[in-house]
Amino acid sequence: MILRLIERTGVFLVSLAVSSVLVFAFMAVLPGDPARVALGVNASDEAVAELRRQFGLDRPLPTQYFDWLGGLLHGDLGTSYVSKAAIGPQVFDRLQVTLWLVVAGMVIALAIAVPAGTLMAARHRKVSGLALSAVSQVGVAVPAFLAGILLIVVFAVKLGWLPANGWTPPAQDPAMFLQQLILPALALGLVQGAVLTRYVRSAVLDVLREDYLRTARAKGLRPFQALWKHGLRNAAVPVVTVLGLQLATLLIGAVVVERVFVIPGLGSLLLDGVSNRDLLLVQDVVMVLVLAVLLVNFLVDVLYVALDPRLRTA
Amino acid sequence: MRRLNPSLIAGGVIVAVIVAMALVSFVWTPYDATLVTPSSRLLKPSWSHWFGTDKFGRDVFSQIMVGSRTTLFVGVVAVGVAAVIGVPLGILAAMVRRWPGEAIMRANDLLLAFPALLLAIMFGAVFGASTLTAMIAIGIASVPSFARVIRSGALQVMRSEYVLAARAAGRQPFPIAVRHVLPNVTSLITVQASVSFAIAVLAEAALSFLGYGTPPPTPSWGRMLQESQEFLFSAPRLAIFPGLAIAIAVLGFNLLGDGLRDRFDPKLEDRR
Repeated sequence: MILRLIERTGVFLVSLAVSSVLVFAFMAVLPGDPARVALGVNASDEAVAELRRQFGLDRPLPTQYFDWLGGLLHGDLGTSYVSKAAIGPQVFDRLQVTLWLVVAGMVIALAIAVPAGTLMAARHRKVSGLALSAVSQVGVAVPAFLAGILLIVVFAVKLGWLPANGWTPPAQDPAMFLQQLILPALALGLVQGAVLTRYVRSAVLDVLREDYLRTARAKGLRPFQALWKHGLRNAAVPVVTVLGLQLATLLIGAVVVERVFVIPGLGSLLLDGVSNRDLLLVQDVVMVLVLAVLLVNFLVDVLYVALDPRLRTA
Repeated sequence: MRRLNPSLIAGGVIVAVIVAMALVSFVWTPYDATLVTPSSRLLKPSWSHWFGTDKFGRDVFSQIMVGSRTTLFVGVVAVGVAAVIGVPLGILAAMVRRWPGEAIMRANDLLLAFPALLLAIMFGAVFGASTLTAMIAIGIASVPSFARVIRSGALQVMRSEYVLAARAAGRQPFPIAVRHVLPNVTSLITVQASVSFAIAVLAEAALSFLGYGTPPPTPSWGRMLQESQEFLFSAPRLAIFPGLAIAIAVLGFNLLGDGLRDRFDPKLEDRR
């Protein structure tokens, strides 16, 4: 088990290092000089040279890379070439907003997927199971931003129950925070829930065919008791893998949903950075998102071992 | 007789309708999809404008028709890019065992950390937003899933007797890959292409919605949705029609992918 954990940690760290090189290299091939881009076309050559010197853009690329990486490791994401403000605090503030969305979205997705998927598997030859299957198939086809727009049309425009957009920090006004969180979290959660439902169904169907479940039924347990006591933990292993991948999708989905609901999260920061040509900011946000995806996959690997005792000796 | 496969039929019909709509739009649309007519702004659906008109007086139905071309074009190119890179990579990873094969798959996994949308936004930041950058970014982001699926299929083929016989007869790896492995993974390629197509449609719509996809005036379902946002209170139908188009297209390709998978591997039919 320890060996496996060391191996997975190694893979995670190497992936992280290679990704950071990729992100840095990708932004470095950008046509045009970041300093010139930041100052505008009318800036004098002296002003551009001064900015290049100020931000260390005149140094060799490897030096710039290691400097950036060193900063990242210390939590220092550098200073924006455009706004001249420190990037770290901005990313940290925005990340909190996005995390609220992602976590709420995932909770909603799980709350839908686990019961619906289990029900679909238990009744997979009945009309109710097939009907749920069809609904989930439609849910998978609706992108989160479209779900967001539809939710706004129904709950904000037609019914007037919830605000159409905006964001209030929870510490400032918890009631308003919740009201504004519901629709974007639902937009993310409903769609992910539909995707996840299909995996839960498939995993539970596999478990239902297992001998130990038949034995549990033979001992006199009712179908749902048997599934609850013996089935769900076994069905959890494949679902957790997908959950990890879905969390990454959810994080990226949040980028678009933030736009729909005018929420000042990490996605908005990234998109604003792209439109302002604030390259270091874009590079930092992309790296934070990639780190989050890799970290989630790493944690899923670790969770595997916890869920499946057979892997502990492997 | 083989049982009817509802997913395959439903998916096939939906995709055929979208393809037909795109083809017809080359020769006929009710109105010029890009024609700005200020006098007929925001008209409700009627016999003359089936889906109404937008803020510039453009006919929404005509835009949906021409938008299907954009959707299919982006899908075809993105899936093409993914297949051209992913299929050889998957076959190579299966044929070259030991560490080079392992290294290919590790690099492949690394690419998974860059989802289509993130990659496309990065491409947009560096090269400027366009249909081309969106297609390439979506294509590259779909490479890992192609490579993974094809590798698992190719590994099975590599263990088959005819491949062992070909190797024993002294055939070189490249002819084995082309003559034996590739023809036996085409069903996997078809299924994966359909699934990736659905993802490409979603990604293109999201990118155009954010302003990083197809630039105006070329009609695109995602941008129609974006433009509809300022009229959600007064004319929500402007969001409904392109939204439905996106959802139906994705549903069609997903169903087609499911149906094809069932057809090629009937054992799996019960699982979905």
